[in-house]
Amino acid sequence: MQLREFQGKDLLSRYAIAVPEGRLAASADEAAAAASALRPGNIYVKAQILAGDRAAAGGVRAVSSALAAAEAARQMLASPLVTPQTGPAGQAAAQVLVERGVQVAREFYIAIGVDPARAAIELVAGSGGSGIEQRIARGSETLSDLQVGTRLDGRAADIDVLGRRIGVPEVAAGAFRATVERLHRAFVELDASLIEVNPLVLTPAGDFVAVDAKVELDDNAGFRHPEFAAMAGEPEGDLTELKAQQSQINFIQMDGDIGAVVNGAGLGLATLDMIRTAGGKPANFMDIRTTAKSMDVAHGIALLLDNPRVKVLLVNVFGGGMQPCDTVAEALGIAFRKHGRRVPAVIRLTGNNEELARHRLANFEFAKIECADMWQAVTRAVSIAQGRA
Amino acid sequence: MAILANADTRVLCQGMTGWAGTYHTNRMIQYGTNVVAGVTPGKGGRSHIDVPVFNTVKEARTATGADASAIFVPPPQAAAAMIEAIEAEMPLVVVVTERVPVLDMIRVREALVGSRTRLIGPNSQGLLVPGACQIGVMATDRSRPGSIGVVSRSASLTSEVVSQLTSAGLGQSATVGVGGDPVHGMGFVDCLDLFFADPQTEAVVLIGEIGGKEELAAAEFLATKGLKKPVIALIVGEHAPAQRRMGHAGALSQDSGGDVAAKVDALRRAGATIAAGAHLVGQTTRERLAKRAA
Repeated sequence: MQLREFQGKDLLSRYAIAVPEGRLAASADEAAAAASALRPGNIYVKAQILAGDRAAAGGVRAVSSALAAAEAARQMLASPLVTPQTGPAGQAAAQVLVERGVQVAREFYIAIGVDPARAAIELVAGSGGSGIEQRIARGSETLSDLQVGTRLDGRAADIDVLGRRIGVPEVAAGAFRATVERLHRAFVELDASLIEVNPLVLTPAGDFVAVDAKVELDDNAGFRHPEFAAMAGEPEGDLTELKAQQSQINFIQMDGDIGAVVNGAGLGLATLDMIRTAGGKPANFMDIRTTAKSMDVAHGIALLLDNPRVKVLLVNVFGGGMQPCDTVAEALGIAFRKHGRRVPAVIRLTGNNEELARHRLANFEFAKIECADMWQAVTRAVSIAQGRA
Repeated sequence: MAILANADTRVLCQGMTGWAGTYHTNRMIQYGTNVVAGVTPGKGGRSHIDVPVFNTVKEARTATGADASAIFVPPPQAAAAMIEAIEAEMPLVVVVTERVPVLDMIRVREALVGSRTRLIGPNSQGLLVPGACQIGVMATDRSRPGSIGVVSRSASLTSEVVSQLTSAGLGQSATVGVGGDPVHGMGFVDCLDLFFADPQTEAVVLIGEIGGKEELAAAEFLATKGLKKPVIALIVGEHAPAQRRMGHAGALSQDSGGDVAAKVDALRRAGATIAAGAHLVGQTTRERLAKRAA
């Protein structure tokens, strides 16, 4: 789960990581009130969307009056913000964060994530601030990294070295180490998958302040943090994909005309590749999870039948220890019985309970073409989609 | 001989008395796996599906001589179950559980350092040694004993590949699922190393996908340590949409086409034979072995 800036900063401040003083506002009036309370000094108004690179797109603005804060908030809340990370449709902000500016002596970049190859927690740091993605792409900035465990005991010297490599002045070394230790503790205790602070500002007074923060939490650890569920808000993303998720199916919408019904992530990926190799276009990626029952799979198939672009279903299922073939056969019958739409289904069901599945299919009346192997099924489905068979 | 387990391997199941544990333990027993114990805290002293149940792995290991464990416990208890098995010096641990928190897996990997345990998974279909034992949830119908080692990140695609190999007249020495999660136990390199050292294995089929760098590490291993036996590789996901998580937590790529191309290129340069499609693995393996015989 990706958090909005204000949510991430709220969590970080619980770990004694300094963040700018700020207030959340959901309207221009609230933004004006927040700005008045935070004056005097520079005020920043920041759109609370789940994507970075906001500044150039007008999602972060410096203002010097309550009136200007209100106007900035009004614009940010009025229409979706398009940044290099949002996609062309942009993202709408429901709130803005109004913050007091922080005096800057130096800016740094720091992120904590997981290094899968080393099975470690990885600290990545640079002398930085905003625009770091572009500078890395240009090669004018390189980042330093440090792998650590779930405990930081005995690593103080390594953190000092990391600080020196990114240019933390010697007088601020102690404050840098304390900040890194707090970020690491937050990462571990929150079950985060990413904490990125950019910029991490060193003030003239020698304090580190997290001026922007991106925090992502590990969804698989939700059972340890029931209190975080409330932060998720309304689920975002494609409605079809969300419905499929509820039916124990991993589903990704694509723009082709062949509806794929597949069990397992690897076989799902292989099916997309084979469809393209055969000259066809998949309408989706599907991975029926092992926990899915026949009603769940029927819901997933109905989502494909709902898609007017889909001209043919391609069922590629290898019944394994956990997902027998008859579950999918039964699901096909249920989906076609309940749905008015008729498209041909090319079916390749093999493995566990294959015979039972064949008997089930025989009882259902819909246009089905059974194939013995998956390449035969793929080429047949492509022919049908292209109107050749 | 095979790798990691054989017909004499004595298997215990952690979480055996749960629904999934019961179902899959029965499947393992039906296949002929020597299941000697179950472990469920608080249920020790009973017997479940005619298998004695113990409170702890240590007790079960002492009483039965179990030397492999299959873990079916739910995610909140999965890491503790793995660490318990590691501390009991269980030589082989297979974890089927999906959706284990990533930091828990880092803790488990920390516990593995310096231990005697080899860990497979989590989110793995497990280990199948055809004709000898099945530890996990692998489909077994199409597999036959033989000389091809199979290592993969995905269960149903492994079943497909095993079926193609058997149809091509090629049995399998063992199939190992390293699991679909980014942080896991044994990887491609560990399995290649074991298959290369195993006299029964004549060739290895490696099934990779988008996301992560393990296929590149495998290529590096082959390039530096040498291709001791033919390796046939399939990498799937070339046409997956970018920046989306494709079913597996670890299957996520900024640029799927580029990711697959880099992996295929590295493996080919290291001497592996690339299967041009998921439907061609059996045929490609047979042709590769025929070339060697000629």
